[in-house]
Amino acid sequence: MGFDFSLVIPRMGMFIAGAMVTIEASMLSIFFGAVLGIIVGILRVAPLKPVKMAAACYIYVIRGTPALIQLFFIYFGLPALGINLSAMASGVIGLSLNSAGYVGEIVRGGIEAVSRGQWEAGKVLGMSYLKSMRFVILPQALRNMLPAFGNEFVTLVKESSLLSTLAITELTQVGQQVRSVTYASFETFIIVGAMYLVMTTIATMGLRYVEKKWSVA
Amino acid sequence: MKRIYAKGKSILDEGVNCGKTSGLPKIISIKGLRKSFDGNEVLKGIDLEIDEGEVVSVIGPSGSGKSTLARCMCRLEKIDGGTVTLSGVEITSGVHDNGDIARLVGMIFQQFNLYPHLTVLRNITLSPVHVLGIPPGEAREQARELLAQVGLEDKADARPGQLSGGQQQRVAIARALAMKPRIMLFDEPTSALDPELVGEVLEVMARLARSGMTMMVITHEMGFAREVSDRVVFMDDGNIVESSAPAELLANPSQARTRQFLQRLLAGPGKAGSGVSAYGF
Ligand SMILES: Nc1ncnc2c1ncn2[C@@H]1O[C@H](COP(=O)(O)OP(=O)(O)OP(=O)(O)O)[C@@H](O)[C@H]1O
Ligand SMILES: [Mg+2]
Repeated sequence: MGFDFSLVIPRMGMFIAGAMVTIEASMLSIFFGAVLGIIVGILRVAPLKPVKMAAACYIYVIRGTPALIQLFFIYFGLPALGINLSAMASGVIGLSLNSAGYVGEIVRGGIEAVSRGQWEAGKVLGMSYLKSMRFVILPQALRNMLPAFGNEFVTLVKESSLLSTLAITELTQVGQQVRSVTYASFETFIIVGAMYLVMTTIATMGLRYVEKKWSVA
Repeated sequence: MKRIYAKGKSILDEGVNCGKTSGLPKIISIKGLRKSFDGNEVLKGIDLEIDEGEVVSVIGPSGSGKSTLARCMCRLEKIDGGTVTLSGVEITSGVHDNGDIARLVGMIFQQFNLYPHLTVLRNITLSPVHVLGIPPGEAREQARELLAQVGLEDKADARPGQLSGGQQQRVAIARALAMKPRIMLFDEPTSALDPELVGEVLEVMARLARSGMTMMVITHEMGFAREVSDRVVFMDDGNIVESSAPAELLANPSQARTRQFLQRLLAGPGKAGSGVSAYGF
């Protein structure tokens, strides 16, 4: 049996538009997820028990429940509390909150990997806990964490396909639409898969580059 | 290394009283200092007074509490009893922030603890800028001056990882001095160095001592203890056993424990004895 891309190729514009939505949602989620995750990670190691516990709980819940359920909760569940968000907003918030849980755990590990001597140097040179964290510990922790961060980013690009369940026309959703009108399932998902691969490859290469530039001499 | 002996007043001399101080209150006054780690008492009531401009070497066997003493003097450890008063400030009272303490006392670690992600210059300027609030340009100027004084003016833009251990420790000294502390503590500053790099660090320290800085130096370098310090303190098992002028303590210790320690040091192989007379101060 042969493959026929002739029905799918003319819809390339749709795929590209879908990929753009995927990229947009992923980038926003990566950004907010990283910012939030760094905060969660910092709170996770805070010298205050209640703060530490709260961050640990957050990480526990996020990592212990499916991302899909988290998305459903925000999109379908929150309206019951009178909070109505668009599909895209729900999707980005959901993915960001999800990513923050994983990034938080990565950040915790990165901070704890910086030697005690660095904290001590900061302290005897007059820095407060927060200043030591900001100028001494976190910059080193983030550099150590870049490989793990990279994995998380790639994961997030892939997980953004969950947004198709919120009827967002990102790449996976476009695939389903094209499949349902052309019935060329194999060809459609070959293209969709290849486009994800291109995106994750570019993300990985970008991070490699940053990693090299940032590495501690 | 000749250049670091350059004549004239330098930052190293600033604000340090070189005069006779016998009548004045002690710049370091430690009374009844106690410290335990999980029920194990490591400092058993230390009393120690140090004059302004005095250089005190602290020697003693491993585990005797030397590092713990120094760490209690810069609040790296919480104390369980007694007082530590530096320049009239009771540092353990809890009302002082880290910046206040850093202006009083600097600490040099065996492992240097430079910030590996920052250039040498930024290592030195970080706290002056962000703790003391000195304008960055001024802080950089001061940092370059300090680097010149430790013989490393050409390393301002290097990363710590590109320097030898001896160079790293000299940067650490410049970094501590940038806070203009009145007292400097050294915890085995040359113990992590290859033997051929020990001299350059001790030389910087000797110069600092001559500039009038009050220093407490935990060391196994008996040459330094004898020739640079004004007094040697021998610690054992959480107590100060003996404290006197280097010639006296090292040649004619009055306590049996001190004698034993020195005999083992001189007889035994290994790095502990390597400092004896090796560096001609
Ligand atoms: N953070 C800590 N927790 C538990 N015990 C500690 C801690 N720091 C030091 N100790 C113990 O306190 C005692 C004194 O340690 P300290 O490091 O002050 O000795 P020292 O005289 O500096 O020895 P060395 O010459 O080996 O550096 C040792 O028995 C050590 O095991
Ligand atoms: Mg020690």
